[in-house]
Amino acid sequence: MSHPKAAAEFLKDQANSQWHDETLWMIRDKRDTSSKSIPEWEKLRNLASDIKDNVLSNLDQYLEQFESQALKNGIKVHWAKDAKEHNEIVLRILQEKNCEAIVKSKSILTEECHLNPYLEKHGIEVVDTDLGERIVQFLHQPPSHIVMPAIHLKKRDISALFHEKLQTEKGNEDPTYLTNAARLHLREKFLGAKVAITGVNFGIAETGEFLVCTNEGNADMGVHLADTHIACMGIEKIIPRRKDLGVFLRLLARSATGQPITNYSSHFRSPAEGKEIHLVLVDNGRTRQLAREKFKNSLKCIRCGACMNTCPIYRRSGGFSYGSTVPGPIGSILSPGLDMKKYSTLPFASTLCGSCSDVCPVKINIHEQLYEWRQEITKHHGAVGKGLSMKLASGIFKSPLAYQFSGSLMRKVIKSLPKIVIYNPLNSWGKSRNLPEVPKESFQEWYKRNRHE
Amino acid sequence: MSSREEILNSIRGIQKENKALPDIPNFQLEGDLVELFKNAIEANKGEILSKKEFENWISSNNFQHIISCSEPFHTYATQELPDDAHQLDHLELAILEVQFGVAENGAMWLDDSQLPHRALPFITEHLVLILSKENLVSNMHQAYDRIGADHSGFGLFIAGPSKTADIEQSLVIGAHGPKSLRVILV
Amino acid sequence: MKKEPHIGLFIPCYVDQFYPQVAIATLELLEKLGCKVSYPLGQTCCGQPLANAGYERDTEGSSLHFIKLFEEFDYIVAPSGSCVLHVKEHFPNLPGKEMSAISIQKKIFELTEFLTDVLKVGNLKGAFPKKVGYHSSCHGLRGLRLASSSELNIPHFNKAKQLLTNLDGLEWIELSRSDECCGFGGTFAITEEALSVQMGKDRLADHLSHEVEVLTGGDLSCLMHLQGIASREGQKVEFMHVAEILNQAIR
Repeated sequence: MSHPKAAAEFLKDQANSQWHDETLWMIRDKRDTSSKSIPEWEKLRNLASDIKDNVLSNLDQYLEQFESQALKNGIKVHWAKDAKEHNEIVLRILQEKNCEAIVKSKSILTEECHLNPYLEKHGIEVVDTDLGERIVQFLHQPPSHIVMPAIHLKKRDISALFHEKLQTEKGNEDPTYLTNAARLHLREKFLGAKVAITGVNFGIAETGEFLVCTNEGNADMGVHLADTHIACMGIEKIIPRRKDLGVFLRLLARSATGQPITNYSSHFRSPAEGKEIHLVLVDNGRTRQLAREKFKNSLKCIRCGACMNTCPIYRRSGGFSYGSTVPGPIGSILSPGLDMKKYSTLPFASTLCGSCSDVCPVKINIHEQLYEWRQEITKHHGAVGKGLSMKLASGIFKSPLAYQFSGSLMRKVIKSLPKIVIYNPLNSWGKSRNLPEVPKESFQEWYKRNRHE
Repeated sequence: MSSREEILNSIRGIQKENKALPDIPNFQLEGDLVELFKNAIEANKGEILSKKEFENWISSNNFQHIISCSEPFHTYATQELPDDAHQLDHLELAILEVQFGVAENGAMWLDDSQLPHRALPFITEHLVLILSKENLVSNMHQAYDRIGADHSGFGLFIAGPSKTADIEQSLVIGAHGPKSLRVILV
Repeated sequence: MKKEPHIGLFIPCYVDQFYPQVAIATLELLEKLGCKVSYPLGQTCCGQPLANAGYERDTEGSSLHFIKLFEEFDYIVAPSGSCVLHVKEHFPNLPGKEMSAISIQKKIFELTEFLTDVLKVGNLKGAFPKKVGYHSSCHGLRGLRLASSSELNIPHFNKAKQLLTNLDGLEWIELSRSDECCGFGGTFAITEEALSVQMGKDRLADHLSHEVEVLTGGDLSCLMHLQGIASREGQKVEFMHVAEILNQAIR
């Protein structure tokens, strides 16, 4: 489904979409308050951006340094060029360990690689342990937000779901009660799992350690009880020095939810005695994105989700309207790099308002990249975005605003567009909006009469 | 060619302008560190206790399973540390020392030297952390200065009890880990 | 200013066609403030709708035309942040005309920033005894930085507010969401009709709930969208461009 269609669908339930908008705005508001309590906030953003620039310009060296340090620390390092290889590596480790059930904490990368269905196909039970992720997993849905996976659901939905899956009381919608039911259910899974999978927030080249940040403590519950920890990490998650964490940890949670820091920030450097840590470094399109000069700094993203919370589109259309693993503004500049055809409407699901770029803790120029993707997508007019560019073009020309193009420009454009587009009589401006009253004369005419000799 | 080589080679093949790694200035935090730390812990839904308040709290609870990794608090322990962390499942209270605390956000640092089991601060139902007032730093930059090049296999900042807001953004304390966090400032 | 600078008045196409009164107000206002202003005839669309729709490469003709019309002026002033931003940032590559483009981009100003930053207008004398709600257009706000955006931790400023609050009786209304997008977004208004309208309704409701009498702004595209919704809903709020308020008040 195209973004406009999905958005219109989402907006049909007015009460729900309004709640979604207001709730995410509240989080944006908390982020504002929190960031404004730090006088050096803008300096931190600049530093984070500069550090990430340095990373991207030396990524090969940092990856090698990271790997050699990690190996010294006793971590087993694997490299995966794509999602397929990533999934195969994970499965191989599980098979070596004769492991049939795993617990997994939040990892957008494993979502991107579609690890869960792959493992399930091979007979492995995967339990997502983040509460929001467990909820959407029960529903066979992907997360609709990278930080708040179940933000599209209301407590009555979750109550009904838990009644079915966890035998909670029918109609009991109390979040504390429901959370406790999940706690008991997941505790059993934690105690039973031999292997735990996590994502990675930061990998430190200098030390070979990596960080996992959570509020629930689910990542730690999983890995410290399991014998084997598999950490899946996109290659862009590298930062050079341990002290760079001072910058990133000050920005991450404040940007994400307004908290000063996540309740748990775990630094994994070596496995505990008798245990194993496997680290899977994944490319899956990242080196291709790095080669795109205009889009490479989308790889600076630290997955805080602030751009989603602030985006007036995301708030009113929901995460699923994007149809991509990472929704919202950052997703709309990452996804076309993975599949331009499939995600061709996403860069247009924006007013280019620029709020995303201003909240971004690593200063990704998201809205400028949305603009640039539009230029790319329309170049592939026929092959990629036929339906799309026709729709857009018709948007311009069927608009009653009578944009007064210069003759030559108009002719140039008209030549490249099918007639049906230009003469399409439908008009979506007027469905809910009146047109301005047409004045007796244009300014040009007035000027000629009044000022021009 | 291995995937490792393939990935590294494709990065090497990209023309990149070298961008310098910036120095991180010595940002400071204005104010009394103890006050700031207290406020931060409370905002994170933790609690600050005096030794006396701790004693009252513990005597009003009838905990059967307490482990202490802090010498001065050993008298409260009801059991020794098991060999296997799975046996900690019914643990009601863990008392641990931390190395230092961060005033700006309430985060406290522990590493393997405080954690005989890495699972300990997560699996316990309630957690009490012991922090010396002398060991407060102002912000995360000073925190990492303090950690320096320490080589521990595992290090951890804890800033509050386990929490979630995944159901309609309603805050619930005690998602998977501790249902409460208390800090005794000594 | 030493030598009397010559200002070229850039009137965006839709303002020319639908809002001549705003163009007139801009011209009169600048003249009242002692500027020598000319409106070069034959202005066309600056190319923004095409560029934002992904066809920047097809705006070469309109860009060259723009340069030709405005090259000789000392300043170019327009009552639209959005169109000014387009000229400043989104002209396509113009082989052989790069320097001209840069020169244009350096001397083009949105009206309020021209008044505060170039003319350095201090206290405007006039009265406008109404409750005024200001809609920050995103391109003006985060593109031209005509005000501090709510996301940033920087000292608060707002160039339009700086001018308007000079006026006697004018009550500047603070909104619940000070600078959220109205949902116009050019072709977005058509291609994402449902979202666009919802965003507009929400923005309008913020103003109405604060009992705004006059809803103003620096970009008529946003105001046209909001006014379109208000008029369809039968809301009484009045819409005026900042230039109209200033020109009317300091008559």
